[in-house]
Amino acid sequence: MSTHEETVAHHDIGESPEGENRPIARPGGASASAGARRIIFLVLLAVALVLPALLKNFVVFQLTQTMVYAIAILGLNLLTGFNGQFSLGHSAFYAVGAYTAAIMMEHMGIGYVWTLPVAGVICFIIGFLFGLPALRLEGVYLALATFALAAATPQILKLSPLEHWTGGVQGIVITKPDAPFGLPLNQDQWLYYFTLIVGIILYICATNLVTSRTGRALMAIRDNPIAARSMGVNTSLYKASAFGLSAFYTGIAGALGAIIVQFVAPDSFTLTLSIGFLVGLVVGGVGWLPGALFGGAFLLFVPNIAEGVSKGLSGAVYGLLLIAIIYVMPSGLAGFVQAIVSKVRGK
Amino acid sequence: MTKLLEVKGLTAGYGQVRVLHGLDFSLDEGGVTTLLGANGAGKTTTLRAICGMVKAGGEILFEGKNILGKSTEDVARLGVAHIPEGRGTFTRMTTEENLLLGAISRKDQKNVQKDIDKMYDHFPRLKQRRLQQAGTLSGGEQQMLAIARALMLRPRLMLLDEPSFGLAPLVVKEMFEILTALNKEENASMLIVEQNAALALGIADDAYLLETGSIVMSGPAKQIGADENVRRSYLGY
Repeated sequence: MSTHEETVAHHDIGESPEGENRPIARPGGASASAGARRIIFLVLLAVALVLPALLKNFVVFQLTQTMVYAIAILGLNLLTGFNGQFSLGHSAFYAVGAYTAAIMMEHMGIGYVWTLPVAGVICFIIGFLFGLPALRLEGVYLALATFALAAATPQILKLSPLEHWTGGVQGIVITKPDAPFGLPLNQDQWLYYFTLIVGIILYICATNLVTSRTGRALMAIRDNPIAARSMGVNTSLYKASAFGLSAFYTGIAGALGAIIVQFVAPDSFTLTLSIGFLVGLVVGGVGWLPGALFGGAFLLFVPNIAEGVSKGLSGAVYGLLLIAIIYVMPSGLAGFVQAIVSKVRGK
Repeated sequence: MTKLLEVKGLTAGYGQVRVLHGLDFSLDEGGVTTLLGANGAGKTTTLRAICGMVKAGGEILFEGKNILGKSTEDVARLGVAHIPEGRGTFTRMTTEENLLLGAISRKDQKNVQKDIDKMYDHFPRLKQRRLQQAGTLSGGEQQMLAIARALMLRPRLMLLDEPSFGLAPLVVKEMFEILTALNKEENASMLIVEQNAALALGIADDAYLLETGSIVMSGPAKQIGADENVRRSYLGY
C-alpha cells in the first residue's frame, strides 16, 4: 500500500552492500538515543507548561484543539501506521466520543472527567465490532467501507427518534468546566492542562504498546500478514483489536473536543474531518507517533493560514501548501527529522 | 521410526481449479524429506495445505492428530514453522524484531533471548545486522533470517518453500550446509520443496516427485537421484 512505501521511500530496500554496517533505518525518533529523546521530551514539556501563562486565551484554546486533534491522529496512526489498515471513518468515532461526552454531561449531569473513559470504551466496542467485518477487506476496499461509516454518521445523528438525546440538527451546548481545587486558572487554561495530561498519558501508552509484544504482532501483520499467521499470530483478533484501540483514542479525542468547544452538532463530524485526520497523519509521518502533534497543528492552523492569504481561494491555497509540504517532506515530518538526525550524526 | 507427518489422499485447489489430486506421503521424526517437481506441479500448494492456507481434503496427521481444517495460526502453535515463498520478511522491522516475532506464540518467553543468541551463533551475519531494518537486508540474508525466525518457534517441523530461490549459487550452498547442521543440532524435521533437485536430494533422506498434482515417484533420496528419468528431467545430465 502506498502509505507504507512513503515512510520507507528513502531507505533503499533490497540488496545492501556486503559488510557495511548500516545505521538503524527507521523514521525519526528511533534513531535518536534514549537520553537525547528524554531531554527533548522534557524541554517540550517545560515549554508546554509555561505557554498558557504567556498567550491569549484564544491561542490557548487553539493549542488545546491541536492536542485534541493530535490524540485522534495518534489513534489513526496506531491503525494505519502500525497495523496497515486504512480508515476514512474516524470522524464517526470522533463524533461518538463527542456525543457521549455531551449527553453524559448535559443529560445525565455526570462530571466531564468521567466522560473520557466512557467515550473511549464505547468507541473501542464500536471500533472492534466494525473491525470484524472489515477483516475481509483490505486497502482501497477497506477505505470504501470506512468511508460509508463517515458518510452515514452525521445523518444518523440527525434522526428524529434520537433527537431527544442528540438534539437533532441543533446539537447540544455544553457548559465549560471550571478548574478544580481552586486552582488559579481560567477555564481555557485549565482545559489546556487537562488535555495535556490526558494526551501525555495516551502518548506514553501508545509508545509502550508499539514496542511491546502486541505492537510487534501489529507491525508484523502490517508488513506481511501471511507470514504473521505462520508465526502463530491470530491476525483476526489483532486487526479487530487495532480498530477498537484506534477508535478508543479517537473517541477520547472526540469527548475532549466536545468539552473544549462547548458544543456538538452533526455537521462538525463529516467526511472532511476524517480526511483531515488522514492528512494530519501523513504530514506528521505514518508510523511515527510524535508526528501526531505536527499533524494536529497542520489540521487546525493551515486552513486558517490559507484563509488569511485569500478568502475566496482558501481551498486552493490550502491545496498548494499541502503539496509544498509533501514535496519538501515526502514522508512527513518523520522523514524530515530522520534526515536531520542522520546529518547531525554524520558530522 | 515414528511418523511425524503423515499425509493421506490430500486434495487441494484454488476456487474451481484443483491442484492436488490425492497425495500420500510421510515424514520421519528428525528426517529431511523433499518434494521435487517442475513449476506448477503443486509443491507450494502442498505446503499451504498443511498450513491451512488453502481449502484441502483428505487427511493430514501431525503427530497422529488430524490438523486438516485448522487455522494457519493454530498449526503454527502446534510447532509447524512455514517459511513461505518469498521469505515473508517483516520488512519495516529490525532483524532482531523479526526474530522476536518468530517466538511470539511461545509460552516460555524467558528463554527467547537465549535462543536469539543461539541464532546469532548459527548466522553471524544476522548479528551484524541486528538493528537494521529487515527489508534492507540482501536476499541471502533475508532467507537466513526467515530460517532463523522459523527456528525461534522451536518447531517440531519446518516447511521450507524454495529456500534457494533467487540466491547466488555460493549463498545457496552455504545455506544448505546450515540447514544440514540445523537438522542435526536442533533436531528439526524438515520438508523442503525445491526446484533445485540436485541440492535438495543431497540433503534429504527421502524424496517424492510431484507431477501436475500427483506423486509419480517416491523413495530414499539416493535412489531417486540415481534414477535415469529423474536425472534427465530434473538434474539435467
